[in-house]
Amino acid sequence: MSPTKSPSPVSVDVRGVRKSYAGHEVLHDVTFTVQPGEIFVIMGPSGSGKSVLLRQIIGLERPDGGEILIAGLNASAESTHAKIRTGLVFQSGALFNSLSVFDNCAFYLKEHRLYDKATIRDKVMEALRMLSLENAAHKSPAELSGGMKKRVAVARALVMEPQLLLYDEPTSELDPIMAATVAELIATVREETHLTSIVVSHDRDVALTIGDRVALLMNGTIKALDKPSAIRASKDPVVCSFLNPQIDLNNPRFRKE
Amino acid sequence: MKINREMVESIGNGVILLGRSATHLPTLPRQYKRVLEQCLQIGYKTAPLVFILCFCIGGVLALQVGDGFRNYGFKQYIGSIVGLAMVRELGPVMAAIIVAGRVGSAITAELASMRVYQEVDALRTMNIAPERVLVLPRLVAILLTMPFLTIMSVLAGWLGGALVAQYEPSIQLDYSTFFQVMKNFVKVEALTDGLIKGQVFGFCVVLICCNVGLLTKGGPREIGHAVTRAVVASIICILFLDYFVTKAIL
Repeated sequence: MSPTKSPSPVSVDVRGVRKSYAGHEVLHDVTFTVQPGEIFVIMGPSGSGKSVLLRQIIGLERPDGGEILIAGLNASAESTHAKIRTGLVFQSGALFNSLSVFDNCAFYLKEHRLYDKATIRDKVMEALRMLSLENAAHKSPAELSGGMKKRVAVARALVMEPQLLLYDEPTSELDPIMAATVAELIATVREETHLTSIVVSHDRDVALTIGDRVALLMNGTIKALDKPSAIRASKDPVVCSFLNPQIDLNNPRFRKE
Repeated sequence: MKINREMVESIGNGVILLGRSATHLPTLPRQYKRVLEQCLQIGYKTAPLVFILCFCIGGVLALQVGDGFRNYGFKQYIGSIVGLAMVRELGPVMAAIIVAGRVGSAITAELASMRVYQEVDALRTMNIAPERVLVLPRLVAILLTMPFLTIMSVLAGWLGGALVAQYEPSIQLDYSTFFQVMKNFVKVEALTDGLIKGQVFGFCVVLICCNVGLLTKGGPREIGHAVTRAVVASIICILFLDYFVTKAIL
Protein backbone atom coordinates (compact mmCIF):
# COMPACT_ATOMS: atom_id res chain seq x y z
CA MET A 1 0.00 0.00 0.00
CA SER A 2 1.22 3.47 -0.67
CA PRO A 3 -0.75 5.57 1.72
CA THR A 4 -0.72 9.30 1.44
CA LYS A 5 1.57 10.83 3.98
CA SER A 6 -0.51 12.36 6.77
CA PRO A 7 -0.29 16.14 7.05
CA SER A 8 1.17 15.76 10.51
CA PRO A 9 0.84 13.25 13.30
CA VAL A 10 -1.38 14.35 16.15
CA SER A 11 -1.09 14.09 19.90
CA VAL A 12 -3.86 12.90 22.20
CA ASP A 13 -4.22 14.29 25.72
CA VAL A 14 -6.53 12.44 28.06
CA ARG A 15 -6.95 14.50 31.21
CA GLY A 16 -8.83 13.27 34.26
CA VAL A 17 -11.52 11.53 32.23
CA ARG A 18 -14.48 10.11 34.12
CA LYS A 19 -17.42 8.19 32.69
CA SER A 20 -20.34 6.52 34.42
CA TYR A 21 -23.30 4.50 33.20
CA ALA A 22 -26.38 4.30 35.42
CA GLY A 23 -24.36 5.34 38.45
CA HIS A 24 -21.58 2.82 37.80
CA GLU A 25 -18.25 4.54 37.22
CA VAL A 26 -16.45 2.86 34.33
CA LEU A 27 -13.60 5.35 33.95
CA HIS A 28 -12.15 7.13 36.95
CA ASP A 29 -9.70 9.98 36.50
CA VAL A 30 -7.89 8.49 33.51
CA THR A 31 -4.94 10.63 32.47
CA PHE A 32 -2.25 10.03 29.86
CA THR A 33 -0.73 11.64 26.80
CA VAL A 34 -0.09 9.96 23.48
CA GLN A 35 2.73 11.55 21.54
CA PRO A 36 2.39 12.28 17.81
CA GLY A 37 3.27 9.20 15.77
CA GLU A 38 3.33 6.92 18.77
CA ILE A 39 1.76 3.46 19.03
CA PHE A 40 0.11 3.53 22.41
CA VAL A 41 -1.31 0.25 23.64
CA ILE A 42 -4.01 -0.01 26.29
CA MET A 43 -4.25 -3.40 27.94
CA GLY A 44 -6.59 -4.55 30.62
CA PRO A 45 -9.08 -7.20 31.60
CA SER A 46 -12.55 -7.39 30.09
CA GLY A 47 -14.86 -4.73 31.46
CA SER A 48 -12.04 -2.45 32.57
CA GLY A 49 -13.26 0.40 30.35
CA LYS A 50 -10.88 0.15 27.38
CA SER A 51 -13.52 0.31 24.67
CA VAL A 52 -15.40 3.02 26.56
CA LEU A 53 -12.22 5.07 26.61
CA LEU A 54 -11.84 4.67 22.83
CA ARG A 55 -15.43 5.86 22.33
CA GLN A 56 -14.62 9.01 24.28
CA ILE A 57 -11.46 9.64 22.24
CA ILE A 58 -13.18 9.17 18.87
CA GLY A 59 -16.01 11.47 19.98
CA LEU A 60 -18.86 8.94 19.98
CA GLU A 61 -19.52 9.79 23.64
CA ARG A 62 -18.70 12.73 25.87
CA PRO A 63 -16.84 12.15 29.13
CA ASP A 64 -18.74 13.06 32.31
CA GLY A 65 -15.63 14.81 33.61
CA GLY A 66 -12.16 15.76 32.41
CA GLU A 67 -11.30 16.38 28.79
CA ILE A 68 -9.72 14.75 25.78
CA LEU A 69 -7.75 16.82 23.32
CA ILE A 70 -6.66 15.71 19.87
CA ALA A 71 -3.92 18.04 18.65
CA GLY A 72 -5.18 20.53 21.22
CA LEU A 73 -8.80 20.33 19.99
CA ASN A 74 -11.72 18.99 21.98
CA ALA A 75 -12.31 15.36 20.95
CA SER A 76 -16.03 15.64 21.72
CA ALA A 77 -16.55 18.35 19.09
CA GLU A 78 -17.63 17.19 15.63
CA SER A 79 -15.50 19.92 14.09
CA THR A 80 -12.36 18.31 15.50
CA HIS A 81 -13.00 15.11 13.57
CA ALA A 82 -13.74 17.16 10.47
CA LYS A 83 -10.34 18.88 10.75
CA ILE A 84 -8.35 15.84 11.83
CA ARG A 85 -8.87 12.56 10.07
CA THR A 86 -9.56 9.97 12.76
CA GLY A 87 -10.57 6.34 12.43
CA LEU A 88 -11.66 3.47 14.63
CA VAL A 89 -11.42 -0.25 13.96
CA PHE A 90 -14.39 -1.61 15.87
CA GLN A 91 -14.08 -4.81 17.82
CA SER A 92 -17.10 -6.25 16.02
CA GLY A 93 -15.99 -4.86 12.66
CA ALA A 94 -19.16 -2.72 12.32
CA LEU A 95 -19.17 -3.32 8.57
CA PHE A 96 -22.06 -1.97 6.52
CA ASN A 97 -24.08 -5.09 5.84
CA SER A 98 -25.82 -3.67 2.81
CA LEU A 99 -22.52 -3.01 1.02
CA SER A 100 -19.91 -5.36 -0.41
CA VAL A 101 -16.45 -5.60 1.12
CA PHE A 102 -15.10 -3.35 -1.64
CA ASP A 103 -17.82 -0.74 -1.13
CA ASN A 104 -17.31 -0.84 2.63
CA CYS A 105 -13.67 0.04 2.16
CA ALA A 106 -14.35 2.64 -0.52
CA PHE A 107 -17.24 4.28 1.34
CA TYR A 108 -15.24 6.95 3.17
CA LEU A 109 -13.24 8.01 0.13
CA LYS A 110 -16.35 8.13 -2.07
CA GLU A 111 -18.48 10.04 0.42
CA HIS A 112 -15.79 12.63 1.00
CA ARG A 113 -14.93 12.65 -2.71
CA LEU A 114 -11.22 12.43 -2.01
CA TYR A 115 -10.08 10.68 -5.19
CA ASP A 116 -11.32 9.70 -8.62
CA LYS A 117 -12.87 6.25 -9.14
CA ALA A 118 -9.72 4.59 -10.46
CA THR A 119 -7.58 5.81 -7.57
CA ILE A 120 -10.17 4.70 -5.05
CA ARG A 121 -10.28 1.26 -6.67
CA ASP A 122 -6.49 0.98 -6.56
CA LYS A 123 -6.25 2.06 -2.93
CA VAL A 124 -9.01 -0.28 -1.80
CA MET A 125 -7.65 -3.26 -3.70
CA GLU A 126 -4.18 -2.63 -2.32
CA ALA A 127 -5.47 -2.54 1.23
CA LEU A 128 -7.47 -5.71 0.62
CA ARG A 129 -4.42 -7.43 -0.86
CA MET A 130 -2.34 -6.56 2.20
CA LEU A 131 -4.85 -8.34 4.36
CA SER A 132 -5.28 -11.29 1.95
CA LEU A 133 -8.83 -10.24 1.16
CA GLU A 134 -8.62 -9.52 -2.56
CA ASN A 135 -10.82 -12.54 -3.35
CA ALA A 136 -13.48 -11.33 -0.94
CA ALA A 137 -13.84 -7.89 -2.50
CA HIS A 138 -17.27 -8.57 -3.92
CA LYS A 139 -18.61 -10.65 -1.07
CA SER A 140 -21.10 -9.24 1.38
CA PRO A 141 -20.11 -9.01 5.06
CA ALA A 142 -22.68 -11.71 5.88
CA GLU A 143 -20.61 -14.20 3.86
CA LEU A 144 -17.43 -13.56 5.88
CA SER A 145 -16.05 -15.29 8.95
CA GLY A 146 -15.44 -13.30 12.13
CA GLY A 147 -11.72 -13.03 11.42
CA MET A 148 -12.32 -11.88 7.85
CA LYS A 149 -14.73 -9.21 9.06
CA LYS A 150 -12.07 -7.97 11.44
CA ARG A 151 -9.54 -7.77 8.61
CA VAL A 152 -12.00 -5.90 6.41
CA ALA A 153 -12.52 -3.45 9.27
CA VAL A 154 -8.77 -2.91 9.47
CA ALA A 155 -8.57 -2.46 5.68
CA ARG A 156 -11.45 0.03 5.75
CA ALA A 157 -9.72 2.06 8.43
CA LEU A 158 -6.39 2.04 6.58
CA VAL A 159 -8.02 3.21 3.36
CA MET A 160 -9.20 6.28 5.27
CA GLU A 161 -5.56 7.34 5.67
CA PRO A 162 -6.19 8.70 9.14
CA GLN A 163 -3.93 10.88 11.26
CA LEU A 164 -5.15 9.13 14.38
CA LEU A 165 -6.24 5.50 14.23
CA LEU A 166 -7.80 3.64 17.12
CA TYR A 167 -7.93 -0.14 17.12
CA ASP A 168 -10.36 -1.96 19.40
CA GLU A 169 -9.01 -5.49 19.81
CA PRO A 170 -7.65 -5.71 16.26
CA THR A 171 -6.28 -9.23 16.68
CA SER A 172 -9.12 -10.92 18.53
CA GLU A 173 -10.78 -13.75 16.58
CA LEU A 174 -7.74 -13.99 14.27
CA ASP A 175 -5.49 -17.01 13.90
CA PRO A 176 -1.91 -16.49 15.18
CA ILE A 177 -0.47 -15.88 11.71
CA MET A 178 -3.13 -13.31 10.78
CA ALA A 179 -2.82 -11.70 14.22
CA ALA A 180 0.91 -11.31 13.60
CA THR A 181 0.18 -9.90 10.13
CA VAL A 182 -2.20 -7.31 11.55
CA ALA A 183 0.32 -6.40 14.27
CA GLU A 184 3.02 -5.96 11.62
CA LEU A 185 0.60 -3.92 9.57
CA ILE A 186 -0.13 -1.56 12.47
CA ALA A 187 3.58 -0.99 12.98
CA THR A 188 4.34 -0.67 9.26
CA VAL A 189 1.54 1.79 8.59
CA ARG A 190 2.76 3.92 11.47
CA GLU A 191 6.27 3.94 10.02
CA GLU A 192 5.08 4.86 6.55
CA THR A 193 2.47 7.43 7.44
CA HIS A 194 3.57 8.55 10.91
CA LEU A 195 0.01 8.33 12.11
CA THR A 196 -0.72 8.12 15.81
CA SER A 197 -2.14 4.76 16.86
CA ILE A 198 -3.99 3.79 20.01
CA VAL A 199 -4.46 0.05 20.25
CA VAL A 200 -6.68 -1.70 22.76
CA SER A 201 -5.61 -5.30 22.98
CA HIS A 202 -5.72 -8.36 25.17
CA ASP A 203 -2.97 -9.89 23.13
CA ARG A 204 0.09 -9.60 25.35
CA ASP A 205 2.58 -10.46 22.62
CA VAL A 206 1.10 -7.97 20.17
CA ALA A 207 0.89 -5.25 22.81
CA LEU A 208 4.44 -5.61 24.05
CA THR A 209 5.87 -6.01 20.56
CA ILE A 210 4.34 -3.13 18.65
CA GLY A 211 3.63 -0.65 21.43
CA ASP A 212 5.96 2.29 22.04
CA ARG A 213 4.30 2.56 25.42
CA VAL A 214 1.77 0.37 27.15
CA ALA A 215 -0.86 1.35 29.68
CA LEU A 216 -2.60 -1.12 31.93
CA LEU A 217 -6.19 -0.10 32.59
CA MET A 218 -7.91 -1.87 35.46
CA ASN A 219 -11.20 -0.98 37.14
CA GLY A 220 -11.34 2.28 35.23
CA THR A 221 -7.92 3.58 36.29
CA ILE A 222 -4.44 3.40 34.81
CA LYS A 223 -2.46 0.97 37.00
CA ALA A 224 0.75 1.10 34.99
CA LEU A 225 2.09 3.11 32.07
CA ASP A 226 5.53 2.54 30.67
CA LYS A 227 7.62 1.20 27.81
CA PRO A 228 7.03 -2.48 26.97
CA SER A 229 10.41 -3.49 28.39
CA ALA A 230 9.62 -1.80 31.70
CA ILE A 231 6.15 -3.31 31.82
CA ARG A 232 7.60 -6.72 31.12
CA ALA A 233 10.16 -6.27 33.91
CA SER A 234 7.66 -4.84 36.36
CA LYS A 235 7.54 -6.41 39.81
CA ASP A 236 4.12 -4.93 40.53
CA PRO A 237 1.96 -7.93 41.50
CA VAL A 238 -1.06 -6.52 39.60
CA VAL A 239 0.97 -6.17 36.39
CA CYS A 240 2.65 -9.55 36.85
CA SER A 241 -0.67 -11.24 37.54
CA PHE A 242 -2.21 -9.75 34.40
CA LEU A 243 0.73 -10.47 32.10
CA ASN A 244 1.57 -13.91 33.43
CA PRO A 245 -1.58 -15.46 34.85
CA GLN A 246 -0.91 -18.86 36.39
CA ILE A 247 -3.46 -21.56 35.77
CA ASP A 248 -3.92 -23.29 39.09
CA LEU A 249 -6.32 -26.19 38.74
CA ASN A 250 -6.11 -27.00 42.45
CA ASN A 251 -7.01 -23.50 43.55
CA PRO A 252 -9.13 -21.89 40.79
CA ARG A 253 -9.76 -18.15 40.85
CA PHE A 254 -13.53 -18.41 40.69
CA ARG A 255 -13.44 -20.30 44.00
CA LYS A 256 -11.37 -17.50 45.59
CA GLU A 257 -13.75 -14.82 44.29
CA MET B 1 -45.18 10.74 34.17
CA LYS B 2 -42.37 8.68 32.72
CA ILE B 3 -44.41 8.02 29.56
CA ASN B 4 -45.10 11.74 29.14
CA ARG B 5 -41.42 12.53 29.50
CA GLU B 6 -40.46 9.83 26.98
CA MET B 7 -43.06 11.16 24.56
CA VAL B 8 -41.77 14.73 24.85
CA GLU B 9 -38.20 13.48 24.43
CA SER B 10 -39.17 11.49 21.34
CA ILE B 11 -40.90 14.49 19.77
CA GLY B 12 -37.89 16.65 20.59
CA ASN B 13 -35.53 14.10 19.09
CA GLY B 14 -37.70 13.92 15.99
CA VAL B 15 -37.55 17.68 15.55
CA ILE B 16 -33.77 17.66 16.02
CA LEU B 17 -33.45 14.81 13.52
CA LEU B 18 -35.53 16.76 11.00
CA GLY B 19 -33.42 19.89 11.54
CA ARG B 20 -30.16 17.97 11.15
CA SER B 21 -31.41 16.25 8.03
CA ALA B 22 -32.47 19.58 6.55
CA THR B 23 -28.93 20.95 6.97
CA HIS B 24 -27.77 18.29 4.50
CA LEU B 25 -30.21 19.32 1.77
CA PRO B 26 -27.39 20.76 -0.38
CA THR B 27 -25.94 17.23 -0.67
CA LEU B 28 -29.17 15.93 -2.20
CA PRO B 29 -28.14 16.09 -5.88
CA ARG B 30 -25.21 13.75 -5.29
CA GLN B 31 -27.43 11.38 -3.34
CA TYR B 32 -29.89 10.87 -6.17
CA LYS B 33 -29.12 7.14 -6.39
CA ARG B 34 -30.03 6.66 -2.75
CA VAL B 35 -33.22 8.67 -3.25
CA LEU B 36 -34.16 6.56 -6.29
CA GLU B 37 -33.47 3.36 -4.38
CA GLN B 38 -35.72 4.54 -1.56
CA CYS B 39 -38.40 5.61 -4.05
CA LEU B 40 -38.35 2.04 -5.35
CA GLN B 41 -38.65 0.59 -1.86
CA ILE B 42 -41.24 3.05 -0.60
CA GLY B 43 -43.28 3.65 -3.73
CA TYR B 44 -43.03 0.90 -6.29
CA LYS B 45 -42.98 -2.03 -3.85
CA THR B 46 -45.76 -0.60 -1.68
CA ALA B 47 -48.12 0.25 -4.53
CA PRO B 48 -49.63 -3.25 -5.02
CA LEU B 49 -50.52 -3.51 -1.34
CA VAL B 50 -52.08 -0.04 -1.35
CA PHE B 51 -54.07 -0.96 -4.45
CA ILE B 52 -55.43 -4.21 -3.01
CA LEU B 53 -56.38 -2.68 0.35
CA CYS B 54 -58.09 0.39 -1.09
CA PHE B 55 -59.80 -1.60 -3.84
CA CYS B 56 -61.38 -3.79 -1.15
CA ILE B 57 -62.25 -0.84 1.06
CA GLY B 58 -63.90 0.96 -1.84
CA GLY B 59 -65.90 -2.16 -2.67
CA VAL B 60 -67.02 -2.74 0.89
CA LEU B 61 -67.89 0.94 1.28
CA ALA B 62 -70.07 0.79 -1.85
CA LEU B 63 -71.75 -2.33 -0.50
CA GLN B 64 -72.45 -0.73 2.88
CA VAL B 65 -73.67 2.54 1.44
CA GLY B 66 -75.67 0.77 -1.26
CA ASP B 67 -77.40 -1.43 1.27
CA GLY B 68 -78.47 1.63 3.26
CA PHE B 69 -79.39 3.84 0.30
CA ARG B 70 -81.35 1.43 -1.88
CA ASN B 71 -84.26 1.35 0.55
CA TYR B 72 -84.65 5.11 0.20
CA GLY B 73 -84.09 5.28 -3.53
CA PHE B 74 -80.75 7.11 -3.17
CA LYS B 75 -78.55 4.44 -4.68
CA GLN B 76 -77.36 6.75 -7.46
CA TYR B 77 -75.51 8.70 -4.75
CA ILE B 78 -73.23 5.77 -3.87
CA GLY B 79 -70.63 7.20 -6.23
CA SER B 80 -70.57 10.52 -4.41
CA ILE B 81 -70.14 8.90 -0.99
CA VAL B 82 -67.46 6.46 -2.13
CA GLY B 83 -65.75 9.18 -4.17
CA LEU B 84 -65.59 11.73 -1.38
CA ALA B 85 -64.76 9.24 1.37
CA MET B 86 -61.88 7.79 -0.62
CA VAL B 87 -60.42 11.04 -1.81
CA ARG B 88 -60.76 13.07 1.38
CA GLU B 89 -60.25 10.44 4.04
CA LEU B 90 -59.78 6.76 3.35
CA GLY B 91 -57.33 7.03 0.47
CA PRO B 92 -54.65 9.09 2.23
CA VAL B 93 -55.18 7.44 5.62
CA MET B 94 -55.06 3.89 4.28
CA ALA B 95 -52.05 4.64 2.09
CA ALA B 96 -50.25 6.13 5.11
CA ILE B 97 -51.13 3.14 7.30
CA ILE B 98 -49.77 0.77 4.67
CA VAL B 99 -46.63 2.90 4.45
CA ALA B 100 -46.30 2.70 8.25
CA GLY B 101 -46.76 -1.06 8.28
CA ARG B 102 -44.69 -1.99 5.28
CA VAL B 103 -42.14 0.77 4.81
CA GLY B 104 -41.96 2.24 8.31
CA SER B 105 -41.33 -1.10 9.95
CA ALA B 106 -38.60 -1.90 7.44
CA ILE B 107 -36.95 1.49 7.97
CA THR B 108 -36.97 1.11 11.75
CA ALA B 109 -35.68 -2.46 11.58
CA GLU B 110 -32.84 -1.47 9.27
CA LEU B 111 -31.76 1.63 11.18
CA ALA B 112 -32.16 -0.04 14.58
CA SER B 113 -30.05 -2.94 13.44
CA MET B 114 -27.42 -0.54 12.06
CA ARG B 115 -27.43 1.23 15.41
CA VAL B 116 -27.23 -1.95 17.49
CA TYR B 117 -24.45 -3.42 15.35
CA GLN B 118 -22.47 -0.15 15.47
CA GLU B 119 -22.81 0.69 11.77
CA VAL B 120 -24.19 4.09 12.73
CA ASP B 121 -21.19 4.62 15.02
CA ALA B 122 -18.93 3.62 12.15
CA LEU B 123 -20.54 6.32 10.00
CA ARG B 124 -19.94 8.91 12.70
CA THR B 125 -16.29 7.92 13.06
CA MET B 126 -15.98 8.47 9.30
CA ASN B 127 -17.34 11.97 9.81
CA ILE B 128 -20.41 11.05 7.76
CA ALA B 129 -23.65 12.21 9.35
CA PRO B 130 -26.20 9.36 9.54
CA GLU B 131 -28.90 11.98 8.94
CA ARG B 132 -27.38 12.71 5.55
CA VAL B 133 -27.10 9.16 4.19
CA LEU B 134 -29.83 7.36 6.13
CA VAL B 135 -32.60 9.86 6.85
CA LEU B 136 -32.61 12.58 4.19
CA PRO B 137 -32.95 10.22 1.17
CA ARG B 138 -35.90 8.48 2.84
CA LEU B 139 -37.66 11.75 3.68
CA VAL B 140 -37.24 13.00 0.13
CA ALA B 141 -38.35 9.66 -1.30
CA ILE B 142 -41.59 9.67 0.69
CA LEU B 143 -42.33 13.21 -0.47
CA LEU B 144 -41.82 12.10 -4.07
CA THR B 145 -43.78 8.86 -3.89
CA MET B 146 -46.59 9.59 -1.47
CA PRO B 147 -48.68 11.57 -4.00
CA PHE B 148 -48.64 8.56 -6.33
CA LEU B 149 -49.59 6.19 -3.53
CA THR B 150 -52.42 8.49 -2.44
CA ILE B 151 -53.75 8.85 -5.98
CA MET B 152 -53.48 5.11 -6.50
CA SER B 153 -55.34 4.42 -3.25
CA VAL B 154 -58.13 6.79 -4.30
CA LEU B 155 -58.41 5.33 -7.80
CA ALA B 156 -58.36 1.77 -6.43
CA GLY B 157 -61.13 2.65 -3.99
CA TRP B 158 -63.23 4.21 -6.74
CA LEU B 159 -62.68 1.21 -8.97
CA GLY B 160 -63.61 -1.24 -6.22
CA GLY B 161 -66.71 0.81 -5.40
CA ALA B 162 -67.78 1.04 -9.03
CA LEU B 163 -67.35 -2.71 -9.62
CA VAL B 164 -69.36 -3.62 -6.56
CA ALA B 165 -72.05 -1.06 -7.44
CA GLN B 166 -72.32 -2.53 -10.94
CA TYR B 167 -72.17 -6.23 -10.22
CA GLU B 168 -73.67 -6.56 -6.74
CA PRO B 169 -77.20 -7.89 -7.42
CA SER B 170 -78.70 -5.83 -4.59
CA ILE B 171 -77.33 -2.55 -6.00
CA GLN B 172 -76.84 -2.80 -9.78
CA LEU B 173 -75.77 0.78 -10.40
CA ASP B 174 -73.96 1.19 -13.73
CA TYR B 175 -70.49 2.72 -14.00
CA SER B 176 -71.56 5.79 -15.88
CA THR B 177 -74.07 6.87 -13.20
CA PHE B 178 -71.60 5.99 -10.45
CA PHE B 179 -68.85 8.17 -11.93
CA GLN B 180 -71.18 10.90 -13.22
CA VAL B 181 -72.63 11.53 -9.75
CA MET B 182 -69.16 11.26 -8.24
CA LYS B 183 -67.91 13.88 -10.70
CA ASN B 184 -70.58 16.32 -9.51
CA PHE B 185 -69.49 16.02 -5.90
CA VAL B 186 -65.74 15.43 -5.98
CA LYS B 187 -63.98 18.68 -6.83
CA VAL B 188 -60.30 19.32 -7.46
CA GLU B 189 -60.03 20.85 -3.98
CA ALA B 190 -61.02 17.51 -2.45
CA LEU B 191 -58.19 15.82 -4.34
CA THR B 192 -55.62 18.43 -3.27
CA ASP B 193 -56.82 18.11 0.33
CA GLY B 194 -56.30 14.37 0.12
CA LEU B 195 -52.84 14.81 -1.36
CA ILE B 196 -51.87 17.27 1.38
CA LYS B 197 -53.03 14.80 4.01
CA GLY B 198 -51.11 11.99 2.37
CA GLN B 199 -47.92 14.06 2.24
CA VAL B 200 -48.17 15.06 5.89
CA PHE B 201 -48.92 11.52 7.07
CA GLY B 202 -46.22 9.88 4.96
CA PHE B 203 -43.57 12.39 5.98
CA CYS B 204 -44.40 11.98 9.68
CA VAL B 205 -44.38 8.18 9.41
CA VAL B 206 -40.90 8.11 7.86
CA LEU B 207 -39.58 10.69 10.35
CA ILE B 208 -40.96 8.75 13.32
CA CYS B 209 -39.61 5.44 12.04
CA CYS B 210 -36.14 6.88 11.32
CA ASN B 211 -36.10 8.53 14.74
CA VAL B 212 -37.09 5.39 16.62
CA GLY B 213 -34.59 3.32 14.64
CA LEU B 214 -31.68 5.66 15.29
CA LEU B 215 -32.47 5.87 19.02
CA THR B 216 -32.51 2.10 19.51
CA LYS B 217 -30.08 0.72 22.07
CA GLY B 218 -29.40 -2.79 23.23
CA GLY B 219 -29.59 -6.03 21.25
CA PRO B 220 -31.76 -7.95 18.81
CA ARG B 221 -34.76 -7.95 21.17
CA GLU B 222 -34.75 -4.15 21.24
CA ILE B 223 -34.85 -4.10 17.42
CA GLY B 224 -38.17 -5.95 17.52
CA HIS B 225 -39.48 -3.64 20.23
CA ALA B 226 -38.39 -0.60 18.25
CA VAL B 227 -40.26 -1.78 15.15
CA THR B 228 -43.46 -2.31 17.15
CA ARG B 229 -43.07 1.06 18.87
CA ALA B 230 -42.46 2.86 15.58
CA VAL B 231 -45.46 1.34 13.80
CA VAL B 232 -47.80 1.97 16.73
CA ALA B 233 -46.54 5.55 17.13
CA SER B 234 -46.93 6.12 13.39
CA ILE B 235 -50.51 4.88 13.27
CA ILE B 236 -51.50 6.90 16.34
CA CYS B 237 -49.80 9.93 14.81
CA ILE B 238 -51.73 9.43 11.54
CA LEU B 239 -55.05 9.25 13.38
CA PHE B 240 -54.35 12.34 15.51
CA LEU B 241 -52.95 14.33 12.62
CA ASP B 242 -55.94 13.34 10.53
CA TYR B 243 -58.23 15.38 12.77
CA PHE B 244 -56.01 18.45 12.88
CA VAL B 245 -55.07 18.44 9.20
CA THR B 246 -58.73 17.95 8.24
CA LYS B 247 -59.72 20.86 10.48
CA ALA B 248 -56.97 23.01 9.00
CA ILE B 249 -57.88 22.40 5.36
CA LEU B 250 -61.69 22.38 5.66
